[in-house]
Amino acid sequence: MRAWHFSENAYPYLPPADSYPSIRVSLPNRIYDPAKGAALYDRFIDEWLVAEDEGVEIMLNEHHQTATCVDPAAPLMLAALARLSKTARLLILGNPIANRRQPVRVAEEMAMIDVLSHGRLEAGFVRGVPYEILPANSNPVRMNERHWEALDLIVKCWTHHDGPFSHEGRFFHHRSINIWPRPIQQPHPPVWVSTTSTGGAAQVGAQGYVQATFLTGYDATKRIYEAYRRGWREAGRDQHVPIDRLAYAALIYVGETEARAHAGAEKLLWYVTANKVPPHFSNPPGYVPVAMNVQLARGAHNVVSAYGTRQATVEGAIEAGTMFAGTPDQVFQQIKRHWHHVGGYGHLLIMGQAGFLEHDDTVHGIRMFAREVYPRLKEIYPDTMASGMVEECTSGDSTKNDIERVD
Amino acid sequence: MRLTTLQVADVELELFESGQGRPVLFLHGSEGFDPRQPFVASLSEKRRIVAPSHPGFGKSSLPDWLDSVDDIAHLYLELMDFLKLDGVDLVGCSIGGWIAAEMATKSPERFRRLVLVGPVGIKVGPSDKLDIPDVYAMPESEVQKLLYKDPERMKPDLAKMPDDELAAVFRARETLALLTWEPWMHNPKLRRRLQRVASPALFIRGESDGLVSQTYLDAYSHMLPDARTLTIKAAGHMPQLEQPVAFATAVLEFLGE
Repeated sequence: MRAWHFSENAYPYLPPADSYPSIRVSLPNRIYDPAKGAALYDRFIDEWLVAEDEGVEIMLNEHHQTATCVDPAAPLMLAALARLSKTARLLILGNPIANRRQPVRVAEEMAMIDVLSHGRLEAGFVRGVPYEILPANSNPVRMNERHWEALDLIVKCWTHHDGPFSHEGRFFHHRSINIWPRPIQQPHPPVWVSTTSTGGAAQVGAQGYVQATFLTGYDATKRIYEAYRRGWREAGRDQHVPIDRLAYAALIYVGETEARAHAGAEKLLWYVTANKVPPHFSNPPGYVPVAMNVQLARGAHNVVSAYGTRQATVEGAIEAGTMFAGTPDQVFQQIKRHWHHVGGYGHLLIMGQAGFLEHDDTVHGIRMFAREVYPRLKEIYPDTMASGMVEECTSGDSTKNDIERVD
Repeated sequence: MRLTTLQVADVELELFESGQGRPVLFLHGSEGFDPRQPFVASLSEKRRIVAPSHPGFGKSSLPDWLDSVDDIAHLYLELMDFLKLDGVDLVGCSIGGWIAAEMATKSPERFRRLVLVGPVGIKVGPSDKLDIPDVYAMPESEVQKLLYKDPERMKPDLAKMPDDELAAVFRARETLALLTWEPWMHNPKLRRRLQRVASPALFIRGESDGLVSQTYLDAYSHMLPDARTLTIKAAGHMPQLEQPVAFATAVLEFLGE
């Protein structure tokens, strides 16, 4: 089991939520104070380095035009971390390649960071949440096709070493591709892809890339992992799917006492409660299939635009499997229960900072996890395990009415 | 009246035909084509109406290579070959007006008269202001206000639609995004080609159209050698739906000249 400290670099100093229609896309940037923003960058980088000191790996992501994640050019932050950190693996999850015009440029950025960090890059690729469409002016239709063409091209950029090659595809065109530098890691840095749909997971499994899923709880995660394993096996790979191919991201806070843990967990819920986004940003045309839009119009719950009201409380989120919070013993048991229900995973992506969770509390949460929970997880879930081979425990609640997002 | 499916290039096109007389090729707007709309019967009384559903609208297929209005313009010229249509009158609404304008610049000799209703397709305003408001960046209730003079009367009731019609609404919305996303609602080259249009043209606008302004319509019409404009009162972006009698009368009168 490998754990990652994931910080979205949120900017929490906002006016009352009822004074603006959306925290994303359209919130005027006059609200952003660059001086406060600079202090936040310093702080968040410090927290990543605390995680490294505690033996936890580093993860970051990218969003645009939003107060929830002020890291619109994640490769820049990654470049800084490549120099500031020394040993941690560096996971970017990820590059929104369906929204980037030049996959070759992304391949160059990633290769450069791999070299800068002496081979510590884990290169993740995401389709991107729906509210990324307008900031990128990216056509929401046929994103999946663009995503895969771009990813295949990026891997080819990394692995082709014999001078220029050309690419004339459906979406991208290059006559002379010959990137410098090339990555240190051979044949290329580990590739991660995030998806919350079974169709997407099967495709990722067929490629053998690491599959990450975010806040999908108990049953949806289980279905996604099953689809991954099916895709893996149908592509003619080994029957055993290594545990390190699967990752799960949850809100996690470990406190010394139950009271302190609860207080920290409450603050992590900012991710859920502050994500105020109107439907025209959260469901652009073509982002989900027509059949799903019909279901949504008939009243189905949209897991894309809301985590649901149950998940807006600490107890509800723990029950739903989107949050693990409490004392070390409690968190260990919660993770165990989830891990067995979904069939096991080798990476835990820890959303361990949000909104007004201050520096001291964030560091407390990182240290408590790293010192009191992480060693136990590593012991019972060694990286040599295969996924999907464990006996299932009975789980609590499920998320039966959720509709999965299709990537 | 008959509804058929025919294959043009590799597209399965849903095609509606009714009426007798000189053919009118009717190109629908973002709402798709509904033969139950009263203006269809009014036009069919005097003329032969030929109305395809655009690829990705209605029951027409959308092949993976097709992603632009230009593609559809070429496809419809091929449809005209297949149906042996020449000297045809062309009526297009909204994005259908854009398709019509593209067709008329490519093969000006094949069209007799041209009617563009709230057409999009060009860019005339400053670079820091959208000529056509961004309907994908506002609540649906705001979109309805731009589309209709009387949204309460006109807006479709999704709750009452059967599943297949509802699916067509979402599919149309998706296809419209595919075709118009970037550059937003226009082809930068089109305005440089419009002087090729040989047919007399009528530009129609609903008086309360919130998407296509009078300034835009005037500028568009001035780019054609022989064009005039007409306003339909008490209508928004879709005067053919909101004022079908006034619309049919104006179109038939112009085509009858």
